[in-house]
Amino acid sequence: MTALEPSTTPGSSAPGGLVKSVVELDRVVIRLAGDSGDGMQLTGNRFTSETATFGNDLSTLPNFPAEIRAPTGTLPGVSSFQLHFADHDIMTPGDAPDVLVAMNPAALKANLADLPGGGLVIVDIDEFTPRNLAKVGYATNPLEDGSLEGWQVVSVGLTSMTLEALKDSGLGKKEAERSKNMFTLGLLSWMYHRPTEGTVRFLERQFRRKPEIAAANIAAFRAGYNYGETTEAFAVSYEIKPAPMAPGRYRNISGNQALALGLVAAGQRSGLPVFLGAYPITPASDILHELSRHKAFGVRTFQAEDEIAGIGAALGASFGGALGVTTTSGPGVSLKSEALGLAVMTELPLVVVDVQRGGPSTGLPTKTEQSDLLQAMFGRNGEAPLPVIAPRSPGDCFDAALEAARIALKYRTPVMLLSDGYLANGAEPWAVPAVDELPDLRVEFATEPNGAAADGTPEFLPYLRDPETLARPWAVPGTSGMQHRIGGLEKADKSGNISYDPANHDLMTRLRQAKVDGIAADIPATDVDDPTGNARVAVIGWGSTYGPIGAACRQIRTSGREVAQIHLRHVNPMPADLGEVLARYDRVVCPEMNMGQLALLLRAKYLVDVQSHTQVRGLPFRAAELAAVVQDVIDSTAPTGGTQ
Amino acid sequence: MTTSPHVHDLGMPGTPIDARIQQAIADSVDSQGEKQTALKAKDMKTDQEVRWCPGCGDYVILNAVQSFLPSLGIAREDMVIVSGIGCSSRFPYYMNTYGMHSIHGRAPAIATGLAASRPDLSVWVVTGDGDALSIGGNHLIHALRRNVNMTILLFNNRIYGLTKGQYSPTSEVGKVTKSTPMGSIDAPFNPVSLAIGADATFVGRAMDSDRKGLTEVLRQAAEHEGTALVEIYQNCNIFNDGAFDLLKDPATGPMWTIPLVHDEPLVFGPDSASCVVRGEFGGLRIAETDQVDASEIVVHDATREDPSYAFALSRLSSQDLRYTPMGVFRSVRKPTYDRMMLDQLEEARTEGAGDLDALLAGSDTWTVSA
Repeated sequence: MTALEPSTTPGSSAPGGLVKSVVELDRVVIRLAGDSGDGMQLTGNRFTSETATFGNDLSTLPNFPAEIRAPTGTLPGVSSFQLHFADHDIMTPGDAPDVLVAMNPAALKANLADLPGGGLVIVDIDEFTPRNLAKVGYATNPLEDGSLEGWQVVSVGLTSMTLEALKDSGLGKKEAERSKNMFTLGLLSWMYHRPTEGTVRFLERQFRRKPEIAAANIAAFRAGYNYGETTEAFAVSYEIKPAPMAPGRYRNISGNQALALGLVAAGQRSGLPVFLGAYPITPASDILHELSRHKAFGVRTFQAEDEIAGIGAALGASFGGALGVTTTSGPGVSLKSEALGLAVMTELPLVVVDVQRGGPSTGLPTKTEQSDLLQAMFGRNGEAPLPVIAPRSPGDCFDAALEAARIALKYRTPVMLLSDGYLANGAEPWAVPAVDELPDLRVEFATEPNGAAADGTPEFLPYLRDPETLARPWAVPGTSGMQHRIGGLEKADKSGNISYDPANHDLMTRLRQAKVDGIAADIPATDVDDPTGNARVAVIGWGSTYGPIGAACRQIRTSGREVAQIHLRHVNPMPADLGEVLARYDRVVCPEMNMGQLALLLRAKYLVDVQSHTQVRGLPFRAAELAAVVQDVIDSTAPTGGTQ
Repeated sequence: MTTSPHVHDLGMPGTPIDARIQQAIADSVDSQGEKQTALKAKDMKTDQEVRWCPGCGDYVILNAVQSFLPSLGIAREDMVIVSGIGCSSRFPYYMNTYGMHSIHGRAPAIATGLAASRPDLSVWVVTGDGDALSIGGNHLIHALRRNVNMTILLFNNRIYGLTKGQYSPTSEVGKVTKSTPMGSIDAPFNPVSLAIGADATFVGRAMDSDRKGLTEVLRQAAEHEGTALVEIYQNCNIFNDGAFDLLKDPATGPMWTIPLVHDEPLVFGPDSASCVVRGEFGGLRIAETDQVDASEIVVHDATREDPSYAFALSRLSSQDLRYTPMGVFRSVRKPTYDRMMLDQLEEARTEGAGDLDALLAGSDTWTVSA
C-alpha cells in the first residue's frame, strides 16, 4: 500500500460495544478470487459500482478462464477480479493486490504469488477441506502449516455464515451457498465504507422475478456487513476519500459498454441508422448484446451465421445508407479480411471493431493482447490501406468509436478500431458527455449527377472524388438517376466501370493510399506529455498500454527523472508531426503487449531507433516493471548538453 | 398463386425509411423528376459491353430478365442486384439498377444486410453453382431459413467456368474435368433439395432457353415475400456444352421434364403418358398414366406448408436429369426477416425514440460539484 503512514482515527462504536479504528488510506488494490461458479465477476462489478458511486477513482481488471465452468475447485477454474481505487486519479488496476480474497484453496494457490509479503488474505475456511486441498495439490493445509506466515491471514467461515444467515430463507443448502459471494461483498463493503443501497437495489432488480433469491442475497449481503461490524477478526476498517474530479456527472463504464454507446451516439450524430452485423466471439460479444438493446435508436443488430456474413451484411447495409458496423476479435478479423478488401475497393463507410485477445489462432480468448496491429494494418491481399484507431482506456472507447465513425463516414472507408480484452472488460469512472457537445457526424448523400457523358447527358460518376478528402460520393439505392454498380474488380477512375488498364490501376492504388494518408491532416497533433519539456527519453505507446505507461512515467518523475509519454490514438495514419516529435528525443522506448509491432512501424516510417519492450502474458503491464525498464534507459542515456 | 400485377416482392412499398435516406431520395426526385416505372427492356441495359463467351446461356437469361423486370412496375433505382464471383456474377454490370459485384459466395450475406436495413428496396442476388453452393453454401442456407425479402437467381451450369473448367458442387459423379482426370468422386448437390431442406419459402427451377417458363417462374419469385430461390439451368458452351440437352432437345425434353403447374395433375411426356403418384414412405414415384387411376395422380400444390412434398418432388430427378420437375416447387407465406426486424424497431419505439442523454447517463450516476 502506498499509504505508508496510515492515520488512525478514533473508530466507530459497533453495536456489540466493540470499538474499531478507522485507518485512512490513499489507495487500495483488492483481488477477489474464486471458482468460475462463485460469482467473482458479479461481486467485483458490484464492489466497483459501490466504489464509483462513493467517488473514488478506480480501475478494474477482470481475469477469467475461457471455460464457462471448469471442474469445480481446480486451478484452471479460478476466476478473479482486481479493483484498484484511490483518493486521487489512477491509471491502472494496480500491479499487485494489497488484499486477496480467496474463496477456496485453488484461488489461494493461483493468486498468492502476486500478493506482496505482509498483504492481507481473507479465505473461506469452510472450503479448505482435505478434498479441496488435494484437488490443487496442497499436501498440507496452508492455513495450518505455517506456509502463509509472511502474510496476514484472516480465516472466515464465509460459507457457513452464509448458510446460517439464510437458514430461515426456505432455500436448499446448495442454493443458499450461492449467496456467499454477497456475504463476502457485504464484509468488504463494511471494511471499505462502501455505500450499500446500490447493491440492494441491484439485487432487487436483478432477481425481480425470483423475490426469494433477491431476499436471500440481500440477507447474505447484510449479514456480511454486520459480521464485519461485530467480529473481532477485523479490528480495523479503512477509509479512502473520494478522489477530486472535474465537476460533472459521472458513471462507471466498461470498455465494451462505452464502445457500444459510442456507436449509438455515432448513429444519432450522423443521423444514420446503425447496422451491426456480428458473430459472437470473446471478448467482443458484449458489444452485440449492448447494441441489441438499443432498437429504440433505430439500431439494427444482425447475429450472422459467421464472421464473413457479419461484415458482409454490414457492408450491404452501408451500401444502402446505414452506418455499417461489425464487431469481432482477431480470429474473426482473419475471416473478414477478404470482405475488408471489398470495403476498401468499394469505398463504403464501415466500422470494424477488433477487441483483441491473445493469439495466434484461438490463443487466449479471455486474455488481453495487442497483437492484431499489423493484421489491422496489412492483413489483406493487395494494397488495401485503411485507418486504424485505438482507444486508451475503457471510457475512451466511447470517443474512439465516434472518431472511427467520423473517419469512416467522411472518407468512405472501412476503419479498424482496435480495442482489447483489458479495455473491453475493465471499467473506470466516466464523465457523461453532453450530447450536444458530441461531434457532428453528418455527411451528405449524393443526389444529383456529377458528370456528363460524351453527348452531354448528365451522368453519375461514383468514383469522382472530393478534391479535399478524396472521398467518393455516396449515392444510396432509391436515389433517382444515380444507379451505379460497384464491386471488387478494379475501378476506372471517376466512372467506376471495370478497368484492367495498367495506368489506371496504378493511379487508383495510389489514390486509395493517398486518401488514407490524407486523414493525417484531419487529426490532432501528437499527444505528448512532457511536463518540463526537458525529457530526453520518450515512451511511446498505443491503445490500452496508456494507463500502465502513464503510471510508470509518474513513478519515474517521482524519482526525480524526466520522461515524456507519447500516446497514439491514430495508428494509421499517424499524426503528421510524429516524426518530428520522435526526433526530439535521444531515446524512444515502445512497450507493447505483442512482439514489437508498433516499434516495427515506427522504425520503418521514421527511421528512429525505437527500443521495443514487449510482453505477452495476457495481462496488462505492471507499472513498476515498466518504470524500471524506462529508468534504466534514462540512466544509461549519456548526459549531453541537451537536444533542445 | 397470386398473379396480381401489383407486385409485393419489390420491397415493401410504404415501409418506413430512415429520415436521411428518405431526404436523399426526395432530393433526387426534386432534381430529376418523379421515379419512372413505365420502363422497357432497353431501359434496363447499361452502356457496358457484355463480356460473356459468345453462345453462353447467360445472354439468354440476361435478355429474359431485362425484358421481364419492367413488367414489375418498379423504378430502376429501387432495384439492387448483388452478385458474388463467377461468370454469372458479372450480371449487375449489365443492369441499369444499383448493383454490387461482391466477393466469392458472400452475395446472400451482403444482400441480407441491405434488404434488412432497406425493406423498401427490391433486392436480387445473382449467383452460380460454385458461388452459392460451394464457397457460399453457408450464406445461402441461412438466407433461406431467415426468409429475408430477396430473390436469388442461381445459374447452374454444373461446372466452374471462370476458373476454366473444374467440376462444381452440382457436377455429376464421374465428371471428367481438368481437376478430375479420372472422373469426379463428389456426390453432387441438388440445389432445389438443398433449398427445401433449409425450409426456403419459395423454390423454383427454370431453363435458360425457355423464355416463357423462365419468365413465369421469375414473376412468381418476384411476387413472393421472403427469400425466393430460382435455380436456372444454364448452358456453358465452353466447358460443359450440352449439359442440359436431354431436357432441351425436343425429341427427349418432354419425356424427361415434369412441368409443375399449381393445382394441375402432374402428368408429362408425349401424350401425357407419364405421371407422378405417391410412393412409399411419403415419397413420390413415376408411373404410366394409363396404369393408374386418375385419382392417384398427384395434383401439384406449391403452397403446402410441410416441405416434405416439395422435397419429394425434388428427389424425382436423378443426376443425369431424367424426370426433372421444372417450375415452382414451393411457395408458402411466412413472416419475412426484414419485416420482423422492422416490427421490433417499431415496438422498441412505442414509448418514443431513444433518448441519447438518458442512455449515456445510465442508471447509476453521481455528480461532482465544483
